[in-house]
Amino acid sequence: MSETKNLRLGEGLTAACLGLGLILMIVIAGKTHDGAMQFHAYLLAAAALVAIAAIVNRFLDRQETDAWRTGESGYNLGVVKLATVAAVFWGLVSFLAGLVIALQLAYPAIDLDLPWFSFGRLRPLHTSAAIFAFGGNTLLATSLYVVQRTSRARLAGDIAPWFVVWGYNLFIVLAATGYLLGVTQSKEYAEPEWYTDLWLTIVWVVYLLVYLATLMKRKEPHIYVANWFFLAFIVTIAMLHVVNNLAVPVSIYSTKSYIVWAGVQDAMTQWWYGHNAVGFFLTAGFLGIMYYFVPKRADRPVYSYRLSIIHFWSLVFLYIWAGPHHLFYTALPDWAQTLGMTFSVMLWMPSWGGMINGLMTLSGAWDKLRTDPVLRMLVVSVAFYGMSTFEGPLMSVKAVNSLSHYTDWTIGHTHSGALGWVAFVSFGAIYCLVPWLWQRKGLYSDKLVNWHFWISTLGIVLYITAMWVSGILQGLMWRAYDSLGFLEYSFVESVEAMHPFYVIRAFGGLLFVIGTLIMIYNLWRTVHSGEVMEKRAALLQQQPAE
Amino acid sequence: MTFEDAALFSNTWGLVFLVICFSVVVVYALWPSNRETFDRAARLPLDEDADDGE
Amino acid sequence: MSFSHATIEKNSIFLLVGILIVIAIGGIIELVPLFLMKSTIEKVQGVRPYTPLELAGRNIYVREGCYVCHSQMIRALRAEVERYGHYSLAAESMYDHPFQWGSKRTGPDLARLGNKYSDEWHSDHLKNPRSVVPGSIMPSYSWLATTDLSYATIADDLRVNRMIGVPYTDEMIENAKQDLEAQANPDSDGVSDFEQRYQKAASRVFDGDANRITEMDALIAYMQMLGTLIDFNLYDENANKR
Repeated sequence: MSETKNLRLGEGLTAACLGLGLILMIVIAGKTHDGAMQFHAYLLAAAALVAIAAIVNRFLDRQETDAWRTGESGYNLGVVKLATVAAVFWGLVSFLAGLVIALQLAYPAIDLDLPWFSFGRLRPLHTSAAIFAFGGNTLLATSLYVVQRTSRARLAGDIAPWFVVWGYNLFIVLAATGYLLGVTQSKEYAEPEWYTDLWLTIVWVVYLLVYLATLMKRKEPHIYVANWFFLAFIVTIAMLHVVNNLAVPVSIYSTKSYIVWAGVQDAMTQWWYGHNAVGFFLTAGFLGIMYYFVPKRADRPVYSYRLSIIHFWSLVFLYIWAGPHHLFYTALPDWAQTLGMTFSVMLWMPSWGGMINGLMTLSGAWDKLRTDPVLRMLVVSVAFYGMSTFEGPLMSVKAVNSLSHYTDWTIGHTHSGALGWVAFVSFGAIYCLVPWLWQRKGLYSDKLVNWHFWISTLGIVLYITAMWVSGILQGLMWRAYDSLGFLEYSFVESVEAMHPFYVIRAFGGLLFVIGTLIMIYNLWRTVHSGEVMEKRAALLQQQPAE
Repeated sequence: MTFEDAALFSNTWGLVFLVICFSVVVVYALWPSNRETFDRAARLPLDEDADDGE
Repeated sequence: MSFSHATIEKNSIFLLVGILIVIAIGGIIELVPLFLMKSTIEKVQGVRPYTPLELAGRNIYVREGCYVCHSQMIRALRAEVERYGHYSLAAESMYDHPFQWGSKRTGPDLARLGNKYSDEWHSDHLKNPRSVVPGSIMPSYSWLATTDLSYATIADDLRVNRMIGVPYTDEMIENAKQDLEAQANPDSDGVSDFEQRYQKAASRVFDGDANRITEMDALIAYMQMLGTLIDFNLYDENANKR
């Protein structure tokens, strides 16, 4: 047995599937009349080819012939590294795209009259890159790391984890290039077309299986609460993604499909999806990060584990109902609107329960906030979480919503969540992960983290205050009456009034991009010139503790 | 199914069901004998084999 | 306790199932009745499926992401009704796959845009928005006027729409291509048949160039029918009161 090298079953099957996919893609590329479809078919064919080559290469490079019988030793940190690098890369892409479209709203000539550079195509690129590419890769990196460490077990699967991370990033490339080519089904945060959705479904199911299988082989009796949040995120996103994206393609050779839902039902399905993409992707998943990285960094257990259990079940239960608050005063039946409002307001409580739990973890160690800028970033992210989960229920009150809806206030609200909570907690986690993964003593420079923190915070403050003012101003102008009882302002007057705020917003975005560049430099130096920590390197190579 | 039927059902049984669900979670979380399990669970991220937190 | 929550958290499958049940409740209660209750979409005279040209135009509206800045949903609020017209009814988007209600008004609502401006205005506005609305921040879409509409497989589009519930007849699907051409060219033979198949549909040269059918033709045809199907002089608000 040990004389010959064996191609592992998983490797063989994966390569065979990739081969079939390759043939299918070549057939589609040959027969389609849709330029975008042809491009994507060739792209997928190339990806399959590269993946097959990688598997062959992996086989040829392998030293031991039967290592698979004893099981690979140590934790699988390679995939975590890959997802971390991808998260940083896509983070920069999404922030830059955001800056460009912010400038386009302030100075419309920047559209350059190019189809692929117009606001309508770049905005989905920005939102998807921020949520799915940056946020998604951060979640992949952290969840795959946390599940191994808190289970004391190596990630399940040999090729599967690699398939998940590479496959997910391929999904992002398909989606992003599709947007630029005008391939979209126009459902917000679910814009990718049918074939991209199918690909994500495959990747996501493998992700769920890898996660579950790792939990099953854990050596700890208890499943740590962070994993509950990650698991809820994975399962719920699977359900939302499949239901919301049910569509019939015009043909297998066409990028175009029609969603099976129509009108009011489609609206409800979309915002059931859309709000829970916020609730489970951007909240539950990142709360998983909070419940691991804040205690870890503060070096003390979470404030109340009991509270975390109540937090988990009530959050998971309540969030799913909140979707209709995107549809107040519309043609959606009143009963659904009322349900949405009630649950959205109730959601305030578990959200703040979670925030208190995160913040109070530091009780008795508040001094660390002064000395550790990474911990400060994590804690401020939790504070932003508290702020946006207060603002959210407030905006879900119908009377407030009648003013705020359709205005920039919504944009301000999403960014206090996206920049303050999601991005900051991600930065904090990445600052923790990089030295751990590359076995460095610490970051290259804590001072640069400090700069990153303050520049970005200033950027966020400028951004959200500009959007609050412009949003409320817009809302008031749209409903203002003159003394004769006529509407006082034409629509375009409200557009012109927004200009100064759009400029301030773009400047806030620029600061955020600068902060990110500082982070990238810091991480680069950490990996390339930081001191390797032998002890940690040795420990990480060990078998997970028995 | 009419709107009235659905509303009546959710005003009564729906409410009772949710209160029960919530009580189950709270009772479980606060059950005295579970304290030890939770205290141990809370330390999971800190008591790792390879200590890389510093 | 014989029932121990520890079983749940120690067993990942139980945890998974528990999560599934908890998340399913809210979704089922909010979604399923919308399909079962007849009162969700009240019956209204006049709503019809899109003509082939309008559908092609709608697909361009979708492709260019117009929904990110324009809503198509007039809320039942005084200031909105006075600015945009009668509040939107569920029936008006019942054939919309997908819906285009939108979530943001960087530009104005378009639910009742139809017939408010001339075709020429739309054409000028799309080519250079600031030539007709100086304060506009809309991108320019001049290339639409120079790009031929691709409609070779438009019958397939109608067929797929019928599969998912839009009442296109066999006749409409068979003649989809001719109907599209007839709507863009008022001098063609098929116009009378076309106008019979689709009530209130107008046949015009939408982009001002009769020689070719461009994406601009399709998009303007779509925008000019938005919100025009229901005659609100005949619409009885109280007929559908619950």
